[in-house]
Amino acid sequence: MLEHDIKTLKNKIYLNIYCPHCQNSLNVADKGKNLLVYKAIYKGEEIQLKLGAYLDNYETETSVPIESGEVLDDLLCPKCNQSLVDNGKHCVECESPVARVTVSAQSRLIPFFHCLKSGCQWHGLSKADERKLKPKVPRQKMPEQDKDLRTHNFQEVPYGYTGELALLEATRCLQCKKPLCVDGCPVNVDIPAFIALVAEEKFDEAAKKIKETNVLPAICGRVCPQESQCEEKCIVGVKDEPVAIGRLERFVADYERNMGLVKVPNIKENLGQKIAVVGSGPAGLTVAADMRSLGYGVTILEASHVTGGVLTYGIPEFRLPKAIVQFEINYLKELGCRFELNHVVGPLTSIEELRQEFDAVFIGIGAGLPVFMNIEGEALGYVYSANEYLTRINLMKAYLFPEYDTPMPRGDKVVVIGGGNVAMDCARNAIRTGSKEVTIVYRRSRNELPARLEEVHHAEEEGIQFRLLTNPIRYIGNSQSRVTALECIKMELGEPDSSGRRRPIPIEGSNFIVECDMAIVAIGTSSNPIIFKTTPDLERNKWGYINVNPETNETSIPLVYAGGDIITGSATVIEAMGAGRIAARDMHKKLSEIRNKK
Amino acid sequence: MFPIVNKQTMAKGTIVRFDISAPKIARKVQAGQFVIIRVHEKGERIPLTVAEADAFIGTITIIFQVVGKTTALMRSLNEGDMIQDVVGPLGKPAETHNHGTVVMVGGGTGVAIIYHVTKAMKEAGNKVIGIIGAREQNMLILEEEMRVLCDELFITTDDGSYGMKGFVTDPLRTLLTERKDINLVYAIGPIIMMKNVCKLTKEFNMRTMVSLNPVMIDGTGMCGGCRVSIDGKTKFCCVDGPDFDGHTVDFDELEKRNSLYLKDEKDSLLFSVH
Repeated sequence: MLEHDIKTLKNKIYLNIYCPHCQNSLNVADKGKNLLVYKAIYKGEEIQLKLGAYLDNYETETSVPIESGEVLDDLLCPKCNQSLVDNGKHCVECESPVARVTVSAQSRLIPFFHCLKSGCQWHGLSKADERKLKPKVPRQKMPEQDKDLRTHNFQEVPYGYTGELALLEATRCLQCKKPLCVDGCPVNVDIPAFIALVAEEKFDEAAKKIKETNVLPAICGRVCPQESQCEEKCIVGVKDEPVAIGRLERFVADYERNMGLVKVPNIKENLGQKIAVVGSGPAGLTVAADMRSLGYGVTILEASHVTGGVLTYGIPEFRLPKAIVQFEINYLKELGCRFELNHVVGPLTSIEELRQEFDAVFIGIGAGLPVFMNIEGEALGYVYSANEYLTRINLMKAYLFPEYDTPMPRGDKVVVIGGGNVAMDCARNAIRTGSKEVTIVYRRSRNELPARLEEVHHAEEEGIQFRLLTNPIRYIGNSQSRVTALECIKMELGEPDSSGRRRPIPIEGSNFIVECDMAIVAIGTSSNPIIFKTTPDLERNKWGYINVNPETNETSIPLVYAGGDIITGSATVIEAMGAGRIAARDMHKKLSEIRNKK
Repeated sequence: MFPIVNKQTMAKGTIVRFDISAPKIARKVQAGQFVIIRVHEKGERIPLTVAEADAFIGTITIIFQVVGKTTALMRSLNEGDMIQDVVGPLGKPAETHNHGTVVMVGGGTGVAIIYHVTKAMKEAGNKVIGIIGAREQNMLILEEEMRVLCDELFITTDDGSYGMKGFVTDPLRTLLTERKDINLVYAIGPIIMMKNVCKLTKEFNMRTMVSLNPVMIDGTGMCGGCRVSIDGKTKFCCVDGPDFDGHTVDFDELEKRNSLYLKDEKDSLLFSVH
């Protein structure tokens, strides 16, 4: 028999079942406010133990007085009366039964066996207790490339979780009955279910679970702003850091891909109806995957010479490797989706012509027209839109110039105007292509930066400077018409504006000069008019975005749908996918009605 | 992949004509519109205005001057070779309705583009006066084709080796002074030529259209690299143009923007030689 520190904690005595030698113990409380009555054998006599619901709220009451340190001979499950003490098994070292019931001060508890009778699911712990008993696992960080190394290459910064880290992180999920994280996800991925599978080390099944609702998990796991979506709603996040849902998503998708476990379902059904998808960005790819899986013929028309839309030309390699984008697109090809490159819908084929050829059309062309500030000197050389800068690098591989033919814009002192993810991308690209000094100029304060915190951190680590509360008012150039400086004005924050953020107000007379030999304007994009010139009757709002029925994402032209940035303005990859899903659902419904009438 | 079905070199090999099989584009393209070409997997995207299209055979014609790496590479291609990407038709078509009498001014390779617009102008019922110019006789292209289309044709060469000695602005000045029935001038050619034509027509308050050729990447309104200042406002040449009212164009800015990558162009050429 072990010696116990016989302590009364808060004047209460706790009951444990445990091996006196190895101290594996079973806590014998159950949830519910009522006391549970256990039958126990004490010195050959049957007694009753009454135990309260919560770990820190134990009540003990017995029909015979027992003291701390005394051993019960047996304890029975209150539900099925089976013994909870396995007398058949003995500790290998001390030969005492593996479990004995000892009255003790609760010190160390390890969740432990179920009732021995098969089928009786009862075990001694309430879920809440179990949680308290778990060793507290902090949010697991992703291992990443060293900052001094990564500023010299274009390889991805985070390496992603290992299996061990993923298992550890998965234990942090509470498996809520009403999971709020799912509401936070624009495509409602069954997050607890996939994390449960991760915890069981069924990584492959976890990936398949996500794919039931999200066709691009490897991409979303990387570029979704989880901190303002699923992870923002995570209950763990109330007191601690939320479960790293995005990192787990990325892990399982990478696992599935890297282990060669991706299976392309054989779609036998051919419904005889076909749809056209305009644009191969995230919205279009979602519609294509959904509709193809239902048995429709799908043709995706892409204006560029590479598929993927913003995933390809916009998001840099070090944040989203293009091989992953192409892998996902190949998956769609294997599903049977047809891709047509270099096809500019509008001038080459009008929406009307597509309507004649296809049963339905989805427009997911994004918001690709770069916005400029319309200030003096914007036409100077080496003033770029973020779109041009990123397109040159990501799409045209200008960083490999002169092996690739597109020249790479370089500067020693680079200024990036804007505070969003695109601005961070541009700044981090500049660092990687040898710029000595990269500065982000943003008109509000750090709190208002629209970029993901993770991206801001990465940028700071890589040595990018931030000039906050600063707004450019003109560019200054030299005789060769190349930009040499930026005249800025200091800002202060006033009352909140329509976006809820405090409005920046210029401070009169605070003008100052920021020297630079290259400037990148990353203040947003707007609707590209190219498709509308041949389709004037497509209704648009005052910002030029397509008007849709929000329930169905159908446009003013029947069976022509739209989704993604072209209906909302610049938003996220996953929101575009959510919009695509809504359109696909209604498209399927309407096309089914048409099919069934025939 | 788009096969080259016909190749022809002109102007001592400095100007090349390709007929490229691109049936969809050939059916849609209108005068004044351009295509973006990427020759091979590692190539850059360059805009080239379509000089002619045959919807029946499914070919488009481009005529380009060899100025840099990509055009030099293109010259080395032959009939049967493939071009990786051809995207189009892009840009707004030229305004080719019946204006009455129009003067079509083309210089250098600009003649190739003015030819396409001239054809459309003629078909729309305009009376067409042509002025085409080149540095010297050997550099002059499409003379016969223009002669067939134009009701009157003037030819100038800088060195006087053929036609009138001088610039395209010389016969234009005479025309604008003597003729009162001219409704529109269309000028396509080197930036300096278009700038001078516009300076001249401004004196006569004569509406003048020009076709601009800034650096472009995607050609679909995405990159903003082709921005030009029109009446002090920023416009994207690829979606708002390429044709603009010449009197509103900031030619000096365009010239400077177009010379931004001259050093890169050299590096790129050197690299390909090695």
